Amino acid sequence: MPEITRDEVAHLATLARIDLSDAELDHLAPQLSVILDSVASISEVASADVPPTSHPLPLTNVFREDVVVPGLTAEQALAGAPESEQQRFSVPRILGDEQ
Amino acid sequence: MSAQTVDLLSFEETLEKYDPALGLEVHVELSTLTKMFCGCPTEFGAEPNTQVCPTCLGLPGAMPVVNRKAVEGAIRIGLALNCQIADWCRFARKNYFYPDMPKNFQTSQYDEPIAFEGWMDVALEGEDGEPETFRVVIERAHMEEDTGKTLHVGGATGRIHGADYSLVDYNRAGIPLIEIVTKPIRGAGERAPEVAKAYVAQLRELIVALGVSDARMDQGSIRADVNLSLAPRGSNVLGTRTETKNVNSLRSVERAVRYEMRRHAAVLSSGGSILQETRHWHEDTGITTSGREKSDAEDYRYFPEPDLVPVAPSREWVEELRGTLPENPTQKRARLQAEWGFSDLEMRDTVGAGALLLIERTVAAGTAPQAARKWWLGEMARRANETGTEIDALGVTPEQVAAVQALVDAGTLNDKLARQVFDGLLAGEGTPDEIVAARGLAIVSDEGALSAAVDHAIAANPDVADKIRDGKVAAAGALIGAVMKEMRGQADAARVRELILEKLA
Ligand SMILES: [Zn+2]
Repeated sequence: MPEITRDEVAHLATLARIDLSDAELDHLAPQLSVILDSVASISEVASADVPPTSHPLPLTNVFREDVVVPGLTAEQALAGAPESEQQRFSVPRILGDEQ
Repeated sequence: MSAQTVDLLSFEETLEKYDPALGLEVHVELSTLTKMFCGCPTEFGAEPNTQVCPTCLGLPGAMPVVNRKAVEGAIRIGLALNCQIADWCRFARKNYFYPDMPKNFQTSQYDEPIAFEGWMDVALEGEDGEPETFRVVIERAHMEEDTGKTLHVGGATGRIHGADYSLVDYNRAGIPLIEIVTKPIRGAGERAPEVAKAYVAQLRELIVALGVSDARMDQGSIRADVNLSLAPRGSNVLGTRTETKNVNSLRSVERAVRYEMRRHAAVLSSGGSILQETRHWHEDTGITTSGREKSDAEDYRYFPEPDLVPVAPSREWVEELRGTLPENPTQKRARLQAEWGFSDLEMRDTVGAGALLLIERTVAAGTAPQAARKWWLGEMARRANETGTEIDALGVTPEQVAAVQALVDAGTLNDKLARQVFDGLLAGEGTPDEIVAARGLAIVSDEGALSAAVDHAIAANPDVADKIRDGKVAAAGALIGAVMKEMRGQADAARVRELILEKLA
């Protein structure tokens, strides 16, 4: 059964930009292992005639036509932004990613 | 990144020691009316954040739906590149944190691209001037969405908690993109920079012919990333590669490949090793600098997009789209050369200047091929060169060139006056006819005025007139010049010559 290590959880937390303390890592790593185990047990039930799926409905080719639909005004779009300037979303400096 | 002096090996020495392997990733922004997953418009240059909705802003609960026209565009590009089209494929989430993607993931395709295993024969000029082709193998073409545009404000203070911040416009976020990836291109040797440029040029031509994108490098609707690695000559061992981004003109594709080959060679031959990283191309200085290193930050954790159902193009649909493909560019070039009666050299210059489609449209609008070639490769190429733009971004359309040439053919304008009409066109003064009228450019066809000007010129230059009377017809040039001056250029030089010779016969 897959066991997720504390280091892996720390790595995932970094990727997801979640700041976890040592105590939280100690607490969460075993919990996540249990969850993974539970999910893995599904593959024991699935036999060869059950294909893997990424969607609950057996649909394909759901398309829209290339027709413009009115969206939001800039004012509406920016309404939820903590900060804006020049009709643009203002975001903190992007660290370590100089262009 | 700090600017450093970088050692480069000479191109010759680079080739003595190493074999290059190239990989090209070209992103094409489709010219659909709406975005990939929502109905927002895609017009270039709109006011910031006026072409957005909950879906492309990644607001909670918004659901994407695939644009059929974009899938068609992807399939047609795939078919034109001799690819196989997937029976069934999915979108995937590419997870990363960068504010140009409000969802914190880009909807892309991962291991199930819509098109795969294709090729394109790239036309090169052989050593003896004979045409030669180099086959570039296409690994895949997949569908994804463009990102927003970021504006960085404030100077670098060197401190993390400085006053610097960025402003984001999401109008471009979600515009359909097709990413076309080649397999490693090997065996090109000294021609690697040329192959890279020719591939992107020909791909661009193909995209334009398909009508799926305006493929403007200067506006970013087609963008190239150049992957390069070197192997010790004859070793067949692929070295570490770098990925150079921001290569936004055909000329830069060639220069960037050449530069990275020489830089890698200098590092490797002095015992160093190449860092696998993203590099940025600088158009002005012609160098690349280090960007972010490939690291944990690029662990994208792809997984199938749960909000979209798979795309499973029926074979009937694929064949229907195959029926809409334009003529293959290589065959088309051969056909046009025959139709236009261009020499190999003229044809090569035409293609090299990126004027093929412009001349085709000008001819379609009624201009003789040689006249069309003369305007685009002469006057327009000169103006583009002066202003540092591409010839098709100059602002003069093939239809306008045809209208001006029609005025020349009708005897209303000579070439010199025609050039003033182009000045007027670029200054937005209206149609060629309006400009001729407003600027008073038409050739004077009043024989009386012309005859009087010829008489003046003869009277003012009696010695020249005597020479012509003695049969030295070549001397007429001096009198033609004098007449044209009096007529302010607005005379038909051939008619002036006729009049001079008649009067001095
Ligand atoms: Zn939208």
